[in-house]
Amino acid sequence: MYVTDKILPELPAPSNSKGLIHWFKVNLFNGPFNTLFTLLAAFLLYKIIPPAIEWAFIDATWFADSSSECKLENGDRKDGACWAFITNRFDQIMYGFYPEEERWRPNLAGIMLVLLTIPLFFKKTPKKAWLGGFILVIFPFIAFVLIRGGYFGLEVVDTGKWGGLMLTLIISLVGILFALLFGTILALGRRSSMPIVKSLSVVFIEFWRGVPLITVLFMSSVMLPLFLPEGTTFDKLARAMIGIILFQSAYVAEVVRGGLQAIPKGQYEAAAAMGLSYWKSMFLVILPQAMKLVIPGLVNTFIALFKDTTLVLIIGLFDLLAIIENVLGSDNAWLGFHTEGLVFAAFVFWMFCFSLSRYSMALERQLDTGHRN
Amino acid sequence: MNDSQKNINELPSKPLVWNDPKYRAMFFQILLISALAYFFYSIVQNTLDNMNARGVSTGFGFMSEPAGFDILQTLVPFDSTYSFGRSFIVGVLNTLLVTGLGILFATILGFLVGVARLSNNWLVSKIATVYIETFRNIPLLIQIIFWYSLIVGSLPAVRDSFSLFDSFFLNQRGINIPSPHYEDGFIYTLIALVIGLITSFIMKRWARKRQEATGQQFPVLLVALGLILLFPILVYFISGSPITWDVPKLGRFNLQGGATVIPELVGLLLALVIYTAAFIAEIVRSGIKAVSHGQSEAALSVGLTPAQNLKLVVIPQALRVIIPPLTSQYLNLFKNSSLAAAIGYPDLVAVFMGTTLNQTGQAVEIVAVTMGVYLLVSLLISMFMNWYNAKMSLVER
Repeated sequence: MYVTDKILPELPAPSNSKGLIHWFKVNLFNGPFNTLFTLLAAFLLYKIIPPAIEWAFIDATWFADSSSECKLENGDRKDGACWAFITNRFDQIMYGFYPEEERWRPNLAGIMLVLLTIPLFFKKTPKKAWLGGFILVIFPFIAFVLIRGGYFGLEVVDTGKWGGLMLTLIISLVGILFALLFGTILALGRRSSMPIVKSLSVVFIEFWRGVPLITVLFMSSVMLPLFLPEGTTFDKLARAMIGIILFQSAYVAEVVRGGLQAIPKGQYEAAAAMGLSYWKSMFLVILPQAMKLVIPGLVNTFIALFKDTTLVLIIGLFDLLAIIENVLGSDNAWLGFHTEGLVFAAFVFWMFCFSLSRYSMALERQLDTGHRN
Repeated sequence: MNDSQKNINELPSKPLVWNDPKYRAMFFQILLISALAYFFYSIVQNTLDNMNARGVSTGFGFMSEPAGFDILQTLVPFDSTYSFGRSFIVGVLNTLLVTGLGILFATILGFLVGVARLSNNWLVSKIATVYIETFRNIPLLIQIIFWYSLIVGSLPAVRDSFSLFDSFFLNQRGINIPSPHYEDGFIYTLIALVIGLITSFIMKRWARKRQEATGQQFPVLLVALGLILLFPILVYFISGSPITWDVPKLGRFNLQGGATVIPELVGLLLALVIYTAAFIAEIVRSGIKAVSHGQSEAALSVGLTPAQNLKLVVIPQALRVIIPPLTSQYLNLFKNSSLAAAIGYPDLVAVFMGTTLNQTGQAVEIVAVTMGVYLLVSLLISMFMNWYNAKMSLVER
């Protein structure tokens, strides 16, 4: 009989069950099918990525004073991307036709908004509700006065001159603000016990959800002027905004309704038993809970709204895409750099939407209190 | 009797009229209705005044007037002598065409990407993730313009077309394909197809009854494939191949014959499919993940094969989760197809709300009809969805 009297030293794990090789074996080459897939995928990446990097970075022209620097001597385009097209017209892409010497005004409004919003993300900030209320109720007026002017000696900048990324952001922020307001009212209406209020809300919501935004924009641009008494003129931007707000509030209403339905009946009953009136029970008990539940859904609605703002191109406003597509696209000095413009616009939108969707996912995890009924 | 008790006894037995929720609700609703009635009355009045002032006549009389414009792609015969009403039908059909094709391809691509994202192959699942996160975060309009300009910008002129077997041609003006020309005998093939479909349906019911009675299974899918595919093909050849193909021929400047798929359709379709597939992929992934692992384990432990497990246990349960959001994606695709106007694909919005509206100036009628079409289809689909959900929802005791 053999009895060992000493502990054997630990041996390292076999080389094929750990480390890079093991990982490759388990994740990429387990079985003939997976190996085939991996090779196919690798081939696909090899075909796409190196040429794309070469086009976008290595062969690219970043800065230039005129388009001739992006071209070969015989007038053909160079192989790489011509980002000079973007860098050269960057101001216009950001602000549209907003006068150059007044651009500090939208900048100031933007900086104010960012500075006011940052404290909301910290848990310890005191009086968050007041700060949030200030941003939602008072700040829009300040921003409007700043950007449009007309008061305090600020020169009036007509909405027709607004454009670029600035206009995209203005449309989407104002849009979500009002859509949130009307959407919440509609959601309450849809859950109301009053039959007429309820059916009107249902009809309103289902109508706007059933038609494409582009028809709504067409409607607000050709039909709204007809609806108003003769002789009244209406700002083009305001018309587009009305269309977007009506459309988006129907979607917000459905999201908020989801939250209202998720609140257990006991909460409604408890609020009523405390003697709270309808509005008090809604604002003090139900809505704070429901809104918390639907924040991720609202962020997703906002992402959709943000992407949808590109449609104002079709009715002749100059948002980010329209500036690149219609204004710079027909600029003789920089003809033929359409692709670069589109890629840049796609990148800007992607950055906003992707970070927002990541934020909404993080929020979902953070707000998930583990209650599931 | 002390003071407080006395107070309670003295309270009126009924609340005052303005405190009674019933009367309040009634009052509030009457107020709302009258406000709305006034709102609509003034809108209609203003609209009539405005249209009078501009000298625009109201009504749908314009629908029978000659259109006077041509349309790039028509599924039914159309030229400038046809009426505005006909242009409306052309627009609706073009919208339905791109929606139908879009749904078909987006479903296929979406399911592939969704399954790929769940793959245990690291590279494949990462590529699927990057695909989803890239394309669903870029506005559809940008994608449509991008693909369309890529197609128009990078394809050769007609005389330098890429060709395949000298019958498929690819160039700036689209894809030219041979178009079928049906002869009289083709009716037999169609009859064979219908017979195949009906017999497969009857066979499926018979097979299910037999399985419930005896437990024996019948290879329904294989036999049905034979009935639906092979039988009509056989009849087609027996009846003497009654289809002749009209093959496009490359002339000096033009391609003659065949059918053309216009680049607007290709660009729009490409963007719609790529965009919608990213959303469908996420739906498919969450649907498959929603079926708990215990279900598969239970199925395997009662002796089902992995294929049977997938077919009888996992997929039916996953579909219950997948189908409602999938339908709303189909609806989105249908509504998003209206962005065709941006690249000039002649869909309902471009033809009717664009060209026809500009020609006639009948804004109210045209906008109402266009919105009505979209609304009708949306409501029909959501009615179908409610019916389907009620049918498929778990019946719990």
